[in-house]
Amino acid sequence: MELKDLIKPENLVYDKTSILEDEPMHYCPGCSHGVVHKILAELIGEMGIQEKTIGVAPVGCAVFAYRYLNIDWQEAAHGRAPAVATGIVRLKPDNFVFTYQGDGDLASIGTAEIMHACNRGENILVIFINNGIYGMTGGQMAPTTLEGMVTSTTPTGRNIDLNGYPMKITDLIAQLPGTSYVTRQAVHTAAATLKCKRSLKKAIENVLDKKGTSFVEVVSTCNSGWKMTPVGANQWMEDNMIPYYPLGDLKDSVKGEHKSEN
Amino acid sequence: MGELRLMKGNEVLAEAAIRCGCDGYFGYPITPQSEVMETLMLRQPWNETGMVVLQAESEVASINMVYGAAGSGKKSMTSSSSPGISLMAEGISYIAGAELPCLIVNVQRGGPGLGTIQPSQADYFQAVKGGGHGDYKLIVLAPASVQEMNDFVDLGFELAFKYRNPAMILTDGALGQMMEKVELADFKPRWTDEEINEKWGDWATTGKPSSRKKNVINSLEMDSDIMEANNRRFQEKYKQMEKEETRYELFQCDDADFIIIAYGSSSRVCQKSVEIARAKGLKVGLLRPITLFPFPNKIIAELARKAKGFLSVEMSAGQMVEDIKLAVYESGRNTRVNHFGRTGGIIPTPSEVVDALEDKFSWELSYGVKRSY
Repeated sequence: MELKDLIKPENLVYDKTSILEDEPMHYCPGCSHGVVHKILAELIGEMGIQEKTIGVAPVGCAVFAYRYLNIDWQEAAHGRAPAVATGIVRLKPDNFVFTYQGDGDLASIGTAEIMHACNRGENILVIFINNGIYGMTGGQMAPTTLEGMVTSTTPTGRNIDLNGYPMKITDLIAQLPGTSYVTRQAVHTAAATLKCKRSLKKAIENVLDKKGTSFVEVVSTCNSGWKMTPVGANQWMEDNMIPYYPLGDLKDSVKGEHKSEN
Repeated sequence: MGELRLMKGNEVLAEAAIRCGCDGYFGYPITPQSEVMETLMLRQPWNETGMVVLQAESEVASINMVYGAAGSGKKSMTSSSSPGISLMAEGISYIAGAELPCLIVNVQRGGPGLGTIQPSQADYFQAVKGGGHGDYKLIVLAPASVQEMNDFVDLGFELAFKYRNPAMILTDGALGQMMEKVELADFKPRWTDEEINEKWGDWATTGKPSSRKKNVINSLEMDSDIMEANNRRFQEKYKQMEKEETRYELFQCDDADFIIIAYGSSSRVCQKSVEIARAKGLKVGLLRPITLFPFPNKIIAELARKAKGFLSVEMSAGQMVEDIKLAVYESGRNTRVNHFGRTGGIIPTPSEVVDALEDKFSWELSYGVKRSY
């Protein structure tokens, strides 16, 4: 049998979504970003929402996210993606607007913007990549860097007295009545990736149903910044990151539910 | 004739925004311009035109909301006062870099720092030289009356969309708080997405249909050659503005030996100064720049052929005076340029401007210029 005889629709087991551009990604091999991009692109394709979708890219490793997904994008200043998304969604309430942000962007310089966007219950999806480090600038300490973790600005490990504690910002976000669905996922195994994709789908559905802010944290690896092999980084994440940032849903409700309890 | 009302400058900014079909206002309270958002919230334009008004958590957020809305092709604006505009500098630079149209209003107060809530013109440099990082310019309009506060909202949006560039109304606490008669504009309907595409091009993020490539609103470019080409394009755009959009007003300049140059609140004071000076036999005129960028270089160069001196009158320690000196330098003349300013929130009086003129040009008055009674 020739190869061309095998290439038939009925033999198709996997198809790259057309939402994902044929553009080589700049991400390091082993990085979680590529996987999250892929499942997000698949969902936009499967759910048929390309014409509705406007993405807001961050400053950080995902600064070039707009190169990889074939949708309309706006590139925000560092930390300001939730404000940019607010401006878009308030004037285009029937569009599906999402931000894609890292831990430095969302949990450090953009803390005010994310808190207030979530507190207003902006009808957007926030994808939060937490790898505990600033990847793009060369591996400096992030607000989510674990205690004792070595980075280029904590060469002897993160010192709590000096740097404070790793911030569980998703736990804070879950307290805000504007959020409807807050979850923490990972993409380091096939099973985790499938689960993460299901969570993202639910988050997108919530936004399409105008239920307020949906927030999906993805605990991620940065093997280059962590100075590990891709496999070693996955293992280190499982042993160290996930115990501190446990996976699972933090909140699954409709916007404003907490408010009515008061 | 349109509807006549007696209104505060700040209130008029809000009313003009609603009437010109503005889609979104995002702001944060700061004295002396809080009435802009208060008026909007009271008017509830979302019931009338569908205009969105949102109080943001900071000026940083406000300007980035404007970025998002403008990136979707919507007519969006913010207003603030000096310290708030400093916070917006980052966002304004990104808006200029991404070539987005929007309107920013600065109702200036005195600085530096927290300074004073009294009027000032000390943000001239910040407004006309860009204000944030990188090589960029804003279109800067300087109203001198409540009527112009009204007129420049629509004009600001018009120019912003024409050039895909942020426009700024640079005014101050005196004009913001002052009540005057104003003829309001008629209501214009808000643009639909289709009208925006047709009129201004298909660059906005609206959600990608299959009929076009994706639109990306962005100021980032890693290829130095392309980034330089972008910068060249911006500079061409600013040159085009200088050619086509320079606006100014002349007051008794035809026979003037001395010309006062002043904008906004101080230009109102200086009209009276011209009268006082002329009663004293001094041939004094007034040039009022209406656009601060583009700056009226050409008319200054022309006036420099006849005038013995220019006096820049500003509520600052001397900022616009530098641009006047440049304009005179480029004209090849050596007409003297002086500055008189009050700071700290103080508006100069007409007679102290005349005293300053007589003092600073005492040599010319003693030897070169005859008084005519």
